[in-house]
Amino acid sequence: MRVTLERANLLKSLNHVHRVVERRNTIPILSNVLLKADGGSLAMTATDLDLEINEAVPAHVEQAGATTVPAHLLYDIVRKLPDGSEVMLSTDADGATMSVVTGRSQFKLQCLPESDFPQLAAGEFDHSFRLDSAVLRRLIEATQFAISTEETRYYLNGIYLHTAEADGDIVLRAVATDGHRLARAETKAPDGAESIPGVIVPRKTVGELQKLVDDPDVSVQIELSDSKVRLTIGSVVLTSKLIDGTFPDYQRVIPVGNDKDMVIDRKVFTEAVDRVSTVSSERGRAVKLALSDGQLTLAVNNPDSGSATEELPAGYDAEAIEIGFNARYLLDIASQLGSNEVKFSFADAGSPTLIEDPEDKNALYVLMPMRV
Amino acid sequence: MNEADVSSAFCRDCLAPATGSERRCLACGSPRMARHDELSRLSIGHVDCDAFYAAVEKRDRPELRDRPVIIGGGKRGVVSTACYIARIHGVKSAMPMFKALKACPDAVVIKPDMAKYAAVGRQVRAMMEELTPLVEPLSIDEAFLDLTGTERLHKDTPARTLARFARRVEDEIGISVSVGLSYCKFLAKVASDLEKPRGFSVIGEAEALDFLARQKVTLIWGVGKAFAAKLERDGITRIGQLQSMDETALMKRYGVMGRRLFHLSRGHDTRHVEPRGGAKSISHETTFNDDHGDAATLVPVLRSLTEKVSARLKAKGLAGKTVTLKLKDREFRSKTRNRQLSDPTQLADRIFRAALPLLENELDGTQYRLLGVGVADFAHPALADPDDLVDIEATRRAKAERAIDALRGKFGDRAVETGYTFGTGHRGRPQRDG
Repeated sequence: MRVTLERANLLKSLNHVHRVVERRNTIPILSNVLLKADGGSLAMTATDLDLEINEAVPAHVEQAGATTVPAHLLYDIVRKLPDGSEVMLSTDADGATMSVVTGRSQFKLQCLPESDFPQLAAGEFDHSFRLDSAVLRRLIEATQFAISTEETRYYLNGIYLHTAEADGDIVLRAVATDGHRLARAETKAPDGAESIPGVIVPRKTVGELQKLVDDPDVSVQIELSDSKVRLTIGSVVLTSKLIDGTFPDYQRVIPVGNDKDMVIDRKVFTEAVDRVSTVSSERGRAVKLALSDGQLTLAVNNPDSGSATEELPAGYDAEAIEIGFNARYLLDIASQLGSNEVKFSFADAGSPTLIEDPEDKNALYVLMPMRV
Repeated sequence: MNEADVSSAFCRDCLAPATGSERRCLACGSPRMARHDELSRLSIGHVDCDAFYAAVEKRDRPELRDRPVIIGGGKRGVVSTACYIARIHGVKSAMPMFKALKACPDAVVIKPDMAKYAAVGRQVRAMMEELTPLVEPLSIDEAFLDLTGTERLHKDTPARTLARFARRVEDEIGISVSVGLSYCKFLAKVASDLEKPRGFSVIGEAEALDFLARQKVTLIWGVGKAFAAKLERDGITRIGQLQSMDETALMKRYGVMGRRLFHLSRGHDTRHVEPRGGAKSISHETTFNDDHGDAATLVPVLRSLTEKVSARLKAKGLAGKTVTLKLKDREFRSKTRNRQLSDPTQLADRIFRAALPLLENELDGTQYRLLGVGVADFAHPALADPDDLVDIEATRRAKAERAIDALRGKFGDRAVETGYTFGTGHRGRPQRDG
């Protein structure tokens, strides 16, 4: 293999690709990135056996071929090469090493044979649809923070992507929950998505995807099979295994009869919660909301350090209640909403509370209260 | 303070002060004299009950007073405690029972009655707490006491207060204790071990260096078999050798342990006696009469152990985030597996559900002689077991468990059982085979 390309192109792709490679690996080949030069491009592939990323960049190929070299090492080298330079990658005759040459710098890296590199992307995909990257990004950001990290309930370690019927329309929905809070975001189902099976996209894949959809004007192709998802974003192809499990029936978690509504200025509310929670302890973080006619009182009481209260005007005319929440969860949710106001619907101090954006019906949140 | 309080010697039996170098008390004739130059200044004590379980049994069964007594479980179990008569025959704690019985065939073997020992332990603890609020229990039968500043309260020196305490435990509870007195925790604990049973040993600042220099490195807290072997490979067996080495060199070689070696070898120990620094984890384990490797036998045992751990967590108002499973195979190889929970728990149901897959993963045909389960990583109990949005069944099971607890509290532990343990004999324990 002998190929020359611009350092900027190589760096941008390696930046995407190398993140998938785990820092510690028991299987040596998984530390490597697969380089494949063919036609007018260099394709790079990295995998952790659950997730594979592939990206091709334009390159001048003198001699087609393929090899694998340590991914983090190659990335670190390319990162330090001078701006605007051209990089030549070439394997030696017996394929044991690959040279990286730029100007007067020359590196030699140990290679592992391309044939040892695991193939994850292969297989048939039965469903295919396209989504604007901005819409996909919105679905991810509105739900990602609620993904669970709990080992025992592995089926909560991802975003549940599926279709549902809402007001006569078919919608594409993303749902995540960790048992304390639940986030649901939806968009009108695009063509081809109407009949997809419900799938759970793992947390790491969601994280990588989120970094790849920052360009707003790209259409992302999403393909699904029973066990895998393939996402094509411009020149990047992300293939991931899905979590093999059943996502719980989240619909029954979303309260329907909560009749005590509060509407409050989002910014005022967020800042006040942040302020009073300063005195809460790391392990506690509970903030008490006391609601009465037109008024919300936030209170934090930490026996170790002190207490704080703050009174805010609030749109509330139901009977007075007191209810406690984890302050961080309140802030996480409030920061996801786009409009000036937040709407809370309470039932009682022990039941799930519904949180919505009054102007955006495409996202909703459910939060479990804490004992205070 | 009067003359006697500042004296450097007194009789441990009648507490009469001694003035000269008499070998017996001038008042009562007892040879048990406490004498040390720093006696009136030292205030960190370590109290350890002598052959605790055996002593309690002998107290309750006076006919056993002059016979060797071993406390331990079953023919496969190990020795928990051997009385001093059995120890003369070479019986030691943690010795397999068959070996102990070979060494001392006429020993009386008694199965441990933990509830009874715990009650006696609490009695002793309560007496300690009358002396000072700074009592740090290390186990059921030993504790550190910081008596600094209690002279006015007890109108006596810490040394005499402790001697009086030892006499009171003998008189009122009927077991004996050994006392170590020093200026730091490390040496107080070392001292209490010097002169068992009924000991009263003092290590002062003046002789600490010389005393330590002669001792083996294993005396240092944290130096076990493996680490001692490592030190021996480096030519270090006595604490004296450590005293001449510098801190940086020790830390380079042994990391944080090096720092500990440096300080403790010189008798520097700045740890405080901390009343609540007790348990960091709660666990229960059981050794089987026969080895087992099948789920049908082990799962009920796991459930039963889990319930015991949970009961103690609930009783102490604790909740933990890490569940640990412990197994020991035929060749005495131990393995532990653990799992993090998303929220701290004290419920048997949650502990069991976390431990069960850990156990199932290890059931590959290996035969196990021991199974244990524990909970660690304690958090504030107010954060324990929040209701879950998704797992409604878990919330219902939690309610059921609280109801079972209430019934057991009213009608006894055997009143209600789960299907896991029901019908499997002694609350999950495999049937004994003789």
